[in-house]
Amino acid sequence: MIEIKDLHKSYKIGKNLLHVLKGININIEEGELVAIMGSSGSGKSTLLNILGMLDVADKGSYMLDNFPIKDLDETKAAKYRNKFLGFIFQSFNLINYKTALENVALPLYYQKVGRAERTEKAMQYLAKVGLEDWSSHLPSELSGGQKQRIAIARALAAQPKVLLADEPTGALDSTTSYEVMQLIQDINDEGKTILVVTHEDDIAQMCKRIVLLKDGVIIDDKKVNQVRASDHV
Amino acid sequence: MFNRDSWQEIFETISKNKLRTFLSGFTVALGIFIFVILFGFGNGLKNSFQEFFMDDATNIFRLFPGRTTIPHNGFKSGRDIEFDNADLVAIQKNFAFQLQYITPRIQRNYTIKYKNKSNNYGLRAVASGHQHAEKTIMMKGRFINNQDVLNKTKYAVIGRLVEIDLFKGEDALGQFIDIGKRSFKVVGVFQDDGGDNEERFVYIPYTTNQLIEKNTDKLGQLIVAFKPIIGYQGAMKFEAELMTFMKKRHDISTKDEGAIYLRNVAEDLEQNQQFGSLLQMVVTFVGIGTLIAGIIGISNIMVYVVKERTKELGIRKAIGATPRSVIAMILQESIFITTAAGYIGLFGGIFLLNSIEDSLDNYFIKNPYINMGTAIFATVLLIIFGGIAGYVPARRAARIKPIVALRDE
Repeated sequence: MIEIKDLHKSYKIGKNLLHVLKGININIEEGELVAIMGSSGSGKSTLLNILGMLDVADKGSYMLDNFPIKDLDETKAAKYRNKFLGFIFQSFNLINYKTALENVALPLYYQKVGRAERTEKAMQYLAKVGLEDWSSHLPSELSGGQKQRIAIARALAAQPKVLLADEPTGALDSTTSYEVMQLIQDINDEGKTILVVTHEDDIAQMCKRIVLLKDGVIIDDKKVNQVRASDHV
Repeated sequence: MFNRDSWQEIFETISKNKLRTFLSGFTVALGIFIFVILFGFGNGLKNSFQEFFMDDATNIFRLFPGRTTIPHNGFKSGRDIEFDNADLVAIQKNFAFQLQYITPRIQRNYTIKYKNKSNNYGLRAVASGHQHAEKTIMMKGRFINNQDVLNKTKYAVIGRLVEIDLFKGEDALGQFIDIGKRSFKVVGVFQDDGGDNEERFVYIPYTTNQLIEKNTDKLGQLIVAFKPIIGYQGAMKFEAELMTFMKKRHDISTKDEGAIYLRNVAEDLEQNQQFGSLLQMVVTFVGIGTLIAGIIGISNIMVYVVKERTKELGIRKAIGATPRSVIAMILQESIFITTAAGYIGLFGGIFLLNSIEDSLDNYFIKNPYINMGTAIFATVLLIIFGGIAGYVPARRAARIKPIVALRDE
């Protein structure tokens, strides 16, 4: 599903060049649930941003579903993001004046899906994350865990190839974290490819594969025995 | 950009961000409203100014007798000049080509009495032409005519307020009033746009007044009207010739400035028109100032609005909004709000102007108005600048990478 070869990325900070990614090679198959770990500054968020087409690499190739991702201008990137990727953020990033249902329906709006169909689909995904009763609530009326589940429903609504989650449990307590991870595992069980950036070991253990980054290179890449989140709830 | 879905999205955004919508709409509505009101007041000021100075006919000279300052032809200086009936005839004979009409005006004060009501009023003894010179409007009856002058009739024409003062709602026409100790028949009641004072005069034939004053042939001032067809140049030439003619008749040195005064309304008219165009400039200046203030206001609000929405725009971009659709959304929203608010301000202002009408007459604002073209132009201008003011920050926001927009927590 994802093929990355010799990916480099550096940032200019003042006069210094900060080399963040120093040649990343990784293949991710369809249906995998991959945790990307590393201490802060290891480059894990940068890697996720490049995978999410929110940022561009300096060097290297990136294939997504056998489709080369290159020469991105803003408009192209927006279209690819909409078509291929779903995002889950640490801070949820819901639009605060839209209801849960409207937030979930928004990616479909940008896919030019008609209004009635949009609402119907959004309702389906809300049901999937167990929040159909909360469809008319604003994000400010929801708990952290509920917000993250809305965000997951929104990410799923666009029917992306890959879900990218940046510290999805970073702002949640452990019980809620496990609930969210259980949802992610369920989605993965249905065959969706998911990448999770995290620095929490227990969260990483709930994935099927852990990629460890340090100083811009992969130092470890191993399959693990998945811990089911349902065991903790 | 103009499909139903994007409108729905915008209406949702507008209705869920009421404060923001209100702020930007209010700025525009207020800007247009103040523009319309100020511009309208300016026009009202111009109106009352025009009425003030354009009350009388503009094709007249007024000749006032004075006192000589230079000895001439054996006469000492300091001699009082007086016009008499012979002057009237001579002017009519010599300037027949330029002259439209001529009327003397002898002004006196009298106690005027009807039954047991009496009051002091100005009395003007005139000829029939005076009606045109003062633009006196007859409410009922008639003005002094040539027959009255010829027959020295004891007829009087009274002002509207004289009738109200003395007759208390009774019809004055055909009644007899006492002017001094003599009885006059009221043959007409007039009104005048020149204000209340103008409506507290009583007119009688000048010949009658001369008869009362021991059959004198003296006249007060002379009001000479020229034919408008001779134009401004012709009027100036006529003025000079008339002055020379009168000085010669009364043995006055041509250099004597004090013996006869001549006031040329045509000259005043020129000055007044200059003042009028100065007023117009002030009005325009105020209008432009208000518009600029409005434009700055809406620009500030738009910059603030886009800044406030940076994160939201970042989210939208992350889930698939193209830069184009982000710009289109902000533009569409800002143009919609400014258009709607602009027209509210426009019609609010026009409504207020119309309801004011004459109620501010005492503050020299009469019939304030703004022509529709100017008002709509101002509104469209504000909408365009609102759009530009929204476009610049929107384009910048659309260029920001989503990660940058989403980064700051």
